[in-house]
Amino acid sequence: MPLHTNEKYKQMIKRFSPKSPCFKNCVRAFFVGGLICFLGQWLFFLYGYLGLDEKAAGTLVTVSLIFLSACLTAVGIFDRIARFAGAGTLLPVTGFANAMVSPAMDAKSEGYVMGVGNKMFTVCGPVIVYGTLAAMLYGVILWIVSLF
Amino acid sequence: MKENSRVIPFIDPPYFLSFAAVGGREEGEGPFGHLYDHIDESGAFGQKSFENAEGEMQRLCLSLALKKSGLSEHALSLLVAGDLQNQCVASALGLYTFGLPYLGLYGACSTCAESLLCLSLALSHGPFERGAAVTSSHNAAAERQFRLPLEYGGQRTPSAAWTATAAGAFVLGKRGRVKITEGIVGRLIDGAITDASNMGAAMAPAAADSILAYLRDGAHPLSEIDLVITGDLGRTGSRLLCALLAEEGISLGEKHKDCGSLIYDPKHSDSHSGGSGCGCSASLLACHFLPMLERGELSRILFFSTGALMSPQSTLQKNNIFGIAHGILIEREV
Repeated sequence: MPLHTNEKYKQMIKRFSPKSPCFKNCVRAFFVGGLICFLGQWLFFLYGYLGLDEKAAGTLVTVSLIFLSACLTAVGIFDRIARFAGAGTLLPVTGFANAMVSPAMDAKSEGYVMGVGNKMFTVCGPVIVYGTLAAMLYGVILWIVSLF
Repeated sequence: MKENSRVIPFIDPPYFLSFAAVGGREEGEGPFGHLYDHIDESGAFGQKSFENAEGEMQRLCLSLALKKSGLSEHALSLLVAGDLQNQCVASALGLYTFGLPYLGLYGACSTCAESLLCLSLALSHGPFERGAAVTSSHNAAAERQFRLPLEYGGQRTPSAAWTATAAGAFVLGKRGRVKITEGIVGRLIDGAITDASNMGAAMAPAAADSILAYLRDGAHPLSEIDLVITGDLGRTGSRLLCALLAEEGISLGEKHKDCGSLIYDPKHSDSHSGGSGCGCSASLLACHFLPMLERGELSRILFFSTGALMSPQSTLQKNNIFGIAHGILIEREV
């Protein structure tokens, strides 16, 4: 480098790059994430009231939240909420639904097979792969433990 | 030309015959929105895909520029164009209908100055009479190729920039009022940056390197230059550039303008550090700086387009992101 040594430049970058507003992001994530869980809990009560047992109601809550965030992604609102909420929308199942629907929407111009079908997993592929792997490992460990 | 000089003087300097700028909604809402020749609110430009939209943007931009000069495409003998898509496919999609000899350039966000530099070389030192340089970037097409899906919900870091949906077209010939008299070919500069969301930091050392090269080898000292314009360093990159130049004892002060920092209103957009993409500097040069030169409000400017050379694969493979900055000296005929 003729201008500076890289180490020196690294420090310069640190000094001049704006920091992410971590505290503000955490507060927003806490409240929006909490609000989503609150909505989920009320849906759970509602499904229970409508006569579903606990397991079925729980599953239906997940399905409802996925459906809702998929719809919000489709009409272009989800990304605006997520820009505000950050991890608040990313961590619950809503983030997963958005990560599936958004690449699928993008890839529509490349056709349904090689476009939508192929690109749908570009964002959440790692989550599926390593989620499944973790579940398998957990199963194996549980099985080994159960032997003793 | 001096030995080891990095500045190329154009013996028979090419002149700007006409130019045009086209943009999308965000650019239209920016401080220079009213100066664009055409704004497409949807960003789709009547096309089915964003990739095609970028092509249409180039076609429209060149057509508008040609209309202003009163020339037909047959008057041109060379097209030099580039964009951010693989194989410069937007340029190909947009410009094939003109049926002209075509050179596609890929310089990431440095394409605007690179294309003007190459065209100037061809016109000044070659047999060509007239030619056009076209540069574009499209936010949606670039996001899809380099980053995340458009509707993906997430927060971006404050150092990240917003790829401009914009294009600039320039028709160059042998007579006119505003001319390109010198060119600086940028060097590949490694600032040891691996963070793809801090492009300003990757490009600032390259901009500093090219500016220093001009001040060392160019025909005019800084005192004779009205503005030193950089492409898309953004606010983060601009601060870094000033700090790097200060180390060399150079202060640009108010003379430095960065297209990325100017194109959007920071209060009303999600642009964070500013605008980026090769259309950013191309459109602002066409809609703001060149008209100022024509009106006589400026007489000599140094224009640098800055590029960060990376691909999604190269960043995942932990390669450093190289920066490059090509420059041209634009002067008004006295």
